[in-house]
Formats: sequence, C-alpha cells, structure tokens
Amino acid sequence: MFTIRVNGIAHTVDVSEDKPLLWVLRENLKLTGSKYGCGQALCGACTVHIDGQPTRSCVMPISAVGDKQVRTIEDIGNEHIGGLVQATWQELNVPQCGYCQSGQIMAATALLKDNSSPSDQDIDKALSGNICRCGTYPRIRKAIHKIATEQL
Amino acid sequence: MTTTITRTARLMVTLTFVGFSSLLAHNAFAQSPLFQPLYEVLTHPRCMNCHTITDFPRQGDERRRHAQLVVRGTDNHGAPTLQCSACHQDENVADDAVPGAPHWGLAPLSMGWEGLNASQLCQALKDSSKNGNRSLADLLKHMSEDSLVLWAWTPGGNRSTPPLSQPAFVEAVQAWVNAGGPC
Repeated sequence: MFTIRVNGIAHTVDVSEDKPLLWVLRENLKLTGSKYGCGQALCGACTVHIDGQPTRSCVMPISAVGDKQVRTIEDIGNEHIGGLVQATWQELNVPQCGYCQSGQIMAATALLKDNSSPSDQDIDKALSGNICRCGTYPRIRKAIHKIATEQL
Repeated sequence: MTTTITRTARLMVTLTFVGFSSLLAHNAFAQSPLFQPLYEVLTHPRCMNCHTITDFPRQGDERRRHAQLVVRGTDNHGAPTLQCSACHQDENVADDAVPGAPHWGLAPLSMGWEGLNASQLCQALKDSSKNGNRSLADLLKHMSEDSLVLWAWTPGGNRSTPPLSQPAFVEAVQAWVNAGGPC
C-alpha cells in the first residue's frame, strides 16, 4: 500500500512497488491527462511535477514518490502560471493532435515559474525532452514568449 | 629466402616499435604501474560519459552526445527545469531501459577527464583545486563507496562494465593510495 499526494489530495493505492507513477495516475486514480508515449522517458508525454520539477512519470516507480507532491495536468490550471499557459495554448491553437501537449504544458509551466523571460535557448534547454510529432515547436515557443512578454 | 626472412623480421620490429611509440605518444600507459589499472577504469565510458569537458553528458560505449540534447546546466544536474532526475531515478528502471543511481549528474568541469593522458589524469585526480578538495583517502572513499560510482558495475541492460571488477578496482585504488598516489 502506498499513500501519495496528488494535486493536494492524499490517495492510498494497493499496487506493487515497481508500478510506474504514470499507471497509478491513469489506472488507479483515473487521471488520464498524463499520456503514455514511449514508456522510456524519451518523449515527455507523461511529464508531471514532483515537488515542482518536471519528471517523467512513466519511469518513476510508485515507491520513489514518498512524501513528494505530485501535480498533474488536471490541476496545473489552478496555479497562476499554469492557467496562463493553458489559456495561451488555446488562444494560439498550439496543439495539433494534442497527444504530447499535457507534457509540453507541464514543462512550459515549470520553465516560466523558474524564468519569467526565457530566451529561445532557455526554451530549447527546458523543453528538449518533450517531443512533438506534429512539430508544433514554433507555436510552443511563440506561446511561451507571449506569456513572458505580456503577462509576467 | 634469408633476405625474405630478414625483411619480415625488420618489418615486425618496425611495426612493434611504431605500435609501442604510438602508445607512448598517447601516454596510454601510466608511469606508475599502480595507476595503470585506475586509468583503465576511469577512462571507461561508464565513468567518462559524465566526467566530460563538454556542456553535455555522453551516453553509450561509443560515447555519443546524450539524446534530447540534454545539457550540463550550472549545477551539473541539467537545465533548471529539465534536471537529470527528471528521467534518472535512484535505481535502474525495471526493464533497465533508463539507468539510475542516487544523485545522477555530471561531474563538475574541473573533474572532466576527456583528452587527458594517464599522467595528466592522475595529476588532475589528485589536484585538490580540481577534485573537490579531496585527499587520497577521500578519493578512495569516493571510488569505493559512492553509489553513483558503484552503479558503473551494475549499469543494467547490455551496458558494458569497467575492465576490472569492483572489488579488484577498490583493491587497486587502495594500493595506489597506500603508495602515496604515484603517477
């Protein structure tokens, strides 16, 4: 049995210790906003925040979560910057197929919380692990700059 | 017949000499035989891939640049919001696809060993201005107990391990330290 704090709420789940956090979120807690892409921390679709740091939930065993705070795409809009990111994503129609976008939003939110005026290089460094097969990178970059220049 | 044999012999001597000179030129051999086994371990990709002199880590035995253009970052643990720990847990993942160990990260630039010959690496290793102010005893502790160092012998999957076993390596480091760290 493991008790983890997700989006401010404690959940107790009866799962094996090596079950990846992603599958606890999706199967046990029915939080399906975080996506399964590669299962090997190569694509970033499963990105959640662990104590504020973007983390690949597909390779994080439940046993490694402990007391750390997990935040997912379902709750990120309740944060000021997370809300701005989601609104701007909508305004600029950033997603195409959308599969990677919850991970992109989690990464972009963490970046803007850490750096209120990121350069193109800062964006590349922070989001290089979030892959988009539709190639929405120019819009992602544009949206991050728009938030930084107009709202932060 | 005799001429042919003589020519072959000359060629062999020449090739041997050239080969040996080449090794000497690259200083693949430490002057102290006590450092040689350490050099062979420390220059293995499992160690060297994160003891780089670059702004990024490497991966694989071919030592290619780390996928996803991962960067060193100011604290040697990646970009501020794309830390090594975003993917690398405290242990290898269940299927070994992603390696992991505690405090996964790059060694500081001052501890970058790429391009150093055996003698230079030995000096750099002992230089307290470069090695995190470690004494020989501290180096022994680091190389025999640090969980990230130990990971090199349990890297998971088909990743190769250093040329000496971990106990043999500790023995070699101990012998080198006991002798005062000769280079």
